[in-house]
Amino acid sequence: MQPKAIFIPNLTNINSNRLMLRKIRVTLAILSIVMVTLLFVDFTGTAQRYLGWMAKIQFLPALLALNVGVIVLLVAMTLLLGRVYCSVICPLGIMQDAFGWLGKKAKKNRYTHSRALTWLRLTMLAVMAVSIAAGLGIIVALLAPYSAYGRIAQGILAPAWDGINNLLASFAEHYGSYAFYTVDVWLRGGLTLGVAIATLVILGVLAFRGGRTYCNTICPVGTVLGYLSKYSIMRPVIDTEKCINCGLCSRNCKASCIDVREHAIDYTRCVACMDCIGKCSKGAISYRSRLGSRSEKPVAAAVDGGRRTFVVTALATAGAAGLKAAEKKVDGGLAVIEDKKKPVRKTKIVPPGALGIRNLESHCTSCQLCVSACPNGVLRPSTDPESLMQPESSYERGYCRPECTRCSHVCPTGAIRPISREEKSSVQIGHAVWVKANCVPLTDGVECGNCARHCPAGAIQMVAVDPADPASLHIPVVNTERCIGCGACENLCPARPFSAIYVEGNETHRTI
Amino acid sequence: MTHDNNRNDKIGRREFLKRLGLGTAAVGGLTLAGCASRESAQSAEGTETGPIPKGKMTYRENPKTGEKVSLLGYGCMRWPTVAGGSARDGEEEIDQEMVNSLVDEAIEHGVNYFDTSPAYCKGKSEHATGIALSRHPRDSYYIATKLSNFAPETWSREASLEMYRNSLRELQTDHIDYMLLHGIGMGDDGMETLHARYLDNGVLDFLMAEREAGRIRNLGFSYHGDIKVFDYLLANHDKYKWDFVQIQLNYLDWKHARELNPRNTDAEYLYGELEKRGIPAVIMEPLLGGRLSNVPDHIVARLKQREPEKSVASWAFRYAGSHPGVLTVLSGMTYREHLEDNLRSFCPLKPLTPEETQFLYETADLMVEYPTVACNDCKYCMPCPYGLDIPGIFVHYNKCVNEGNVAESAEAENYREARRAFLVGYDRAVPKLRQASHCIGCRQCVEHCPQGIDIPGELARIDRYVESLKQHA
Repeated sequence: MQPKAIFIPNLTNINSNRLMLRKIRVTLAILSIVMVTLLFVDFTGTAQRYLGWMAKIQFLPALLALNVGVIVLLVAMTLLLGRVYCSVICPLGIMQDAFGWLGKKAKKNRYTHSRALTWLRLTMLAVMAVSIAAGLGIIVALLAPYSAYGRIAQGILAPAWDGINNLLASFAEHYGSYAFYTVDVWLRGGLTLGVAIATLVILGVLAFRGGRTYCNTICPVGTVLGYLSKYSIMRPVIDTEKCINCGLCSRNCKASCIDVREHAIDYTRCVACMDCIGKCSKGAISYRSRLGSRSEKPVAAAVDGGRRTFVVTALATAGAAGLKAAEKKVDGGLAVIEDKKKPVRKTKIVPPGALGIRNLESHCTSCQLCVSACPNGVLRPSTDPESLMQPESSYERGYCRPECTRCSHVCPTGAIRPISREEKSSVQIGHAVWVKANCVPLTDGVECGNCARHCPAGAIQMVAVDPADPASLHIPVVNTERCIGCGACENLCPARPFSAIYVEGNETHRTI
Repeated sequence: MTHDNNRNDKIGRREFLKRLGLGTAAVGGLTLAGCASRESAQSAEGTETGPIPKGKMTYRENPKTGEKVSLLGYGCMRWPTVAGGSARDGEEEIDQEMVNSLVDEAIEHGVNYFDTSPAYCKGKSEHATGIALSRHPRDSYYIATKLSNFAPETWSREASLEMYRNSLRELQTDHIDYMLLHGIGMGDDGMETLHARYLDNGVLDFLMAEREAGRIRNLGFSYHGDIKVFDYLLANHDKYKWDFVQIQLNYLDWKHARELNPRNTDAEYLYGELEKRGIPAVIMEPLLGGRLSNVPDHIVARLKQREPEKSVASWAFRYAGSHPGVLTVLSGMTYREHLEDNLRSFCPLKPLTPEETQFLYETADLMVEYPTVACNDCKYCMPCPYGLDIPGIFVHYNKCVNEGNVAESAEAENYREARRAFLVGYDRAVPKLRQASHCIGCRQCVEHCPQGIDIPGELARIDRYVESLKQHA
């Protein structure tokens, strides 16, 4: 046989150290998941500034954003190296590897080769394609792997991170330091958290028991990249002369894709994790180029009988967990402040940069990165059935502050396009509406004007309630032409629980 | 004792050498150091930590009764709580054991004037003061309390008289040495409020009758706000025969009170009017609720440079006490350290020289340039019906001004640190929903402020500052 690949001699050297490739993979994977997770848990905006690209190189978001450069790069990478995307870039894949690693701790050599469920994979891919085309945001959101991880990071990891931060902040306060500050921990969306928990539990159990089951049956990104990697230049190959058919590789393959009897590897399912190379005590498996080794045509993956069945349920049906944010205690000489309640909006509000509800809904995969990035307590996942888990704005806890454009800069899918502060100040995402029945000058008989005082657009004026008497109490009037829908008026309105002025969303954003 | 002295001497010398960095000093140097250290070991008296001399209290004579009143009076508005704060701040119980101990130490050092009110410490001050004082002979101290019928439901004669009788009960006594009409001049219309509280309902006539009967030994009033009321009561001095009047006096308010707030009157005028008529003045707010103690760094340096071993607060007390027409200077001492520091200032009083007084006036001129809010954290404005923590906001703002954490512009050298300190500290000091941005400007608080602060205006100013900080990172 022709032993060495002439194109990339270095890799054969690496192969000589059989564990090196796996080490590289694991290192990159850990680095990658840490960076993506930081993106979701860091509330200071620092991680988003430096690591925002981590979200933008995710396959599905890049596809939805029509980010041609990233797509070409990822496809080229897959054609060159195989499905390394699934091993070192996709956070959901890496998370499953972590559970799989625990599974292998519990029981060694636990995997077995199984038949590819091609019909299921292609069906799920078709479902995804149809959903994107038809704008079924909820299906897209549930199937998008990066977004599934995002919901876990935002819903489960971020509160833990915030809790630790708040503990440090209380220490800092004790020592008069301003290094840490307290952040609000609050439940942004019960259903979305439920979905995140269900995803974590189901994928955790599947990965613990069977490795990359989800990636090779349901995940549409895995399917696309899988069929691309079938033609990849580099791939692991079994040397039939060295192989003693011990099956160690197969029993350690989390993708269940090594058929030892046939000495065949199903490259549509192989995620290029390099575990088998290190496991083979005979050095019979190597990661090598198909171009340099003519004699050794790998046998195409045989579609054989598999035992495993797979339940595709429950992702969307998880119950909401009751996690209520702790409210502040009221002190002695202080009046009780009632919490604001969300008004019923005819049209929901989506943040500046979203261009409008349609653009957001057709691009968003509900990864919650914008929700994580929002420092003002405005963005939260929607509970509407047609836009479930996609972000929407509401102003009970804060308002869309003029200096902040964070959500627009982190969005990887183009659902919220990048926008500058200046542009934001002239985008009308909604318009304020006055509710006479709640307005404090009329209910309490005192002057107010807090909405007008805080309107960054100067859209609110206070006018005498009695036109004949300029000294009478003043009520706000809104110049809808100038209103940008930021919600300062609604948030700072003293009327509680429902504000006397609130924002109705604009279906399509306009520019003043 | 000699042994101890020697030891002190040695430590002092070593300390001294360390400070000078003279580890390898020559003999001459040692001798020098020896002199200095002996001096510092023996001159503890009058410094910030030394023992407080007993029997040295300065007294002033009440011209009517001839009784000697200690120049330091104990203000009972800020008794400590079991939680370690001041009873006006939280819901915690007053720390009676600590109150007793503070009162004991004060009396032991000659303090004999205790000033309370039915309104202080959420209504619990008289009770606690009564307990502490009743442990001493009744003739060893003077009790001052007030008829604090601020709330309109207490404006009736019956309610006001009940308040007076309750004071006697709480204070466990059958007579009040110094009785005051409380806070005249306050309210939307000072004169109207005076009529409603004391004149039209016959309460003042009643108090004068009580004075005749000896159950009130001295009758006076405390004044804040509308100068018309002050002038009216003094114009009728022949009728009312005021035995004393309580006014706000300190080196900042002497000439700057009106400049800082047109609703207020300079202490120079108030004191002058009393002096003209020979009415003794009782001084409140000598320290402006701590604002003349918690001052900007450069003011601290200026005062400390003159008297490195005296506290910043001592200047304010000496200033108030140096006026000959002052009967007593009140200080609400929550902590023992405050009591002891003040005792040092008054045992005995070292009156300010004309040069020192001028120095303080110049200091005041420097201080008014600082944009602090004149809030003394008295909490009369609270609770705000819309939930704001008004004094909390002002205290935080003043703290940042004094610490140099209010940056003039985004280009300022320390802008980043100052911005962080202000914003992070703001959220710590005041919950978001109680911050200045929620002030609706209803102005219901304004009439309650003894300092006459335009509260909504100042809150709006602070809010604009916060907004600019948030927008310019």
